[in-house]
Amino acid sequence: MTALVRNGELVEDRFTDVSRADALPEHGALLVSLEQWQANRDALLARGEPLGIKLRSDQMPQAIANDLEHFDVIALEFPKFRDGRAYSYARLLRERYGYKKELRAVGEVLLEQLHFMLRCGFDAFEIRDPDPLAAYRAAAADYTVWYQPTGDGRPTAMQLRRQRLQQG
Amino acid sequence: MYRYDEFDHRLVAERIAQFRRQVKRRLAGEITEDQFKPLRLKNGVYLQLHAYMLRVNVPYGTLSSRQMRKFAHVARTYDRGFGHFTTRQNIQYHWIRLEQVPDILEELASVEITTIQSSGNCVRNITSDQYAGVARDELADPRVYCELLRQYSVLHPEFSYLPRKFKIAVTGSPNDRAAVAVHDIGLRMHRNAAGEIGFEVLVGGGLGRTPYIAHTIRDWVSPEDLLAYVESILRIYNIYGRRDNIHKARIKIIVNQLGIDRYRELVEEDFAASKGMPRPELPREEIDRIATYFAPPPYERLEDIQDELDALAASDARFAAWLRHNVAPHKQQGYAIVNVMLKAPGAVPGDITAEQMDALADMADEHSFGELRVNHRQNLVLPYVRQRDLYTVWKKLDALVLATPNLGLLSDVISCPGLDYCALANARSIPVARDISARFVDVDRLAAIGPLTINVSGCMNACGHHHVGNIGILGVDKRGKEFFQLTLGGSSDQNASLGDRLGPGLAQEDVPDAIEAIVDCYLDLREEGERFLDTYRRVGIEPFKEAVYGTVEERAIA
Repeated sequence: MTALVRNGELVEDRFTDVSRADALPEHGALLVSLEQWQANRDALLARGEPLGIKLRSDQMPQAIANDLEHFDVIALEFPKFRDGRAYSYARLLRERYGYKKELRAVGEVLLEQLHFMLRCGFDAFEIRDPDPLAAYRAAAADYTVWYQPTGDGRPTAMQLRRQRLQQG
Repeated sequence: MYRYDEFDHRLVAERIAQFRRQVKRRLAGEITEDQFKPLRLKNGVYLQLHAYMLRVNVPYGTLSSRQMRKFAHVARTYDRGFGHFTTRQNIQYHWIRLEQVPDILEELASVEITTIQSSGNCVRNITSDQYAGVARDELADPRVYCELLRQYSVLHPEFSYLPRKFKIAVTGSPNDRAAVAVHDIGLRMHRNAAGEIGFEVLVGGGLGRTPYIAHTIRDWVSPEDLLAYVESILRIYNIYGRRDNIHKARIKIIVNQLGIDRYRELVEEDFAASKGMPRPELPREEIDRIATYFAPPPYERLEDIQDELDALAASDARFAAWLRHNVAPHKQQGYAIVNVMLKAPGAVPGDITAEQMDALADMADEHSFGELRVNHRQNLVLPYVRQRDLYTVWKKLDALVLATPNLGLLSDVISCPGLDYCALANARSIPVARDISARFVDVDRLAAIGPLTINVSGCMNACGHHHVGNIGILGVDKRGKEFFQLTLGGSSDQNASLGDRLGPGLAQEDVPDAIEAIVDCYLDLREEGERFLDTYRRVGIEPFKEAVYGTVEERAIA
């Protein structure tokens, strides 16, 4: 079974994933595909309901870079855990295009990958585990040292060293 | 050399704790081998034909005596008393038990050595010139940037699931001893008109099934921008690199598919767009801080003693041969660079026993400021030897069977582990390498033949770098029988080239005769001052084809 963990809490998923559906339901918060968004843009906006979009790993976020204000959630798919494209997409969305709302990792999301995803800007995760919250919390605490700067703003080892030197 | 601080130590400790949990889950059957495989690979643990193999990084080839003693201890305690140095400044242990790996990792961490990212689809061990810091032709010490790249690449949140493995090499000398042109990214330091040091950045080199020499993506990247530029190259690769076919997933394929100009455009666009965003910029002070770790050792003020060495050499022909072939000039007066050969006649290239490791660690303490180097040709180096110690050092190395005077000569064969160990191999490469070094033992003859590299790979994955051997040997499997295909004219230096295929594969027992025939042909044809590679480039492949397979007419009849 899959649970949704967002900002470290177990949450109900209010979005219905219709990205593989033939027709869009009349009402409700939907998670649509890029193709559905592009084909039904006006109709989807006219609904006035929460809207999310799900990108496959071969769909670059440039395609929605000018539409970000319309989405309450962007889900990036990991079709296989080995497919690491969405790590770059997440950073681009957060750091280059300025997307601020929910960024969800869906598909084959391994616990071992959570800390990487968090650093790239994901804040919501599909977790498959009997105790999803405990599993999430344990995995997110695997590391406390980082060498690379990303948009999450955690200080890197280099920054901490320099701070220390400046403080003497 | 670099020393870990609390941050480096903490990260490695956290990594080992995580892997210990993963091993425990695997041994308890909570995760399958399929699920475990990518976890163990990122920690350097392979499952080979007979046992687990552990691949350990020697970052940019620099090694302390303390670390070498630890390697000996691991070999003795957890393996069968030996280790194997590879072509990427790694040491491998081939007879490891999975349940002991976390303990081994803790032993290694205590001397600041890890296996992090020694495998897997991520940035691998950063490699460099084994003569870094001591070479006469060096512009600046590449290890400063190697260390910055090492830290930058460890557990990179964005690039830990690249399409395929990613290898970076750095040279600080115009004479390239790090083979940068056959790496995913090659970095060549040079000076601009203002006299500042910067990098020429090469991209898309590599061997394997589809060998390519790298393209220059940018002539000049400043040290401050180096990591940010590498980040843009990695990002474009992560997004555009092929994931549909494992054999087409390396960066070289996408670079050549898009064309270097288009790839450059994408990288430059990303590099420009990432300005002002969180990116790994390098403040000058940070570069200088890391550089202090690589300050020269406390050299004694000594004179060169060429005359004395000449006199010793005149009275001892074996010492003379060693001095001539295995000792390289040092930038510091009165010192020399000593190459330690893991290439005795009939030896397994790169193999070293625990006893040899311990003895070398002692020698490093006594004669080389406690430091050793590992090169990409499966040999070791004592980088700071007083010239007046050379005779003693030779005696000690000779007693350890580590003084075969064949650096860069025909019997200094590079070989992958091959089908004796490796699950990917098609053929046994080690016996071929041993046959050759056992056939060509005459020191005078080897010297007369001159510089000639031979590289043996047991399959097309090319871990023995056969494409860039002056003579390359590739093991193939044809209907259950092992054959060896020869290539000629490869080179991995600053004028890198890929070898040309000589002809049909040969049986293992025929390889040494074919090498003899090639060598005889070259000796017939060579002009004054030519190396094998020069002669080959001048005359082409045909005379060598005839020498090995007979004339065109004879071949037609056959």
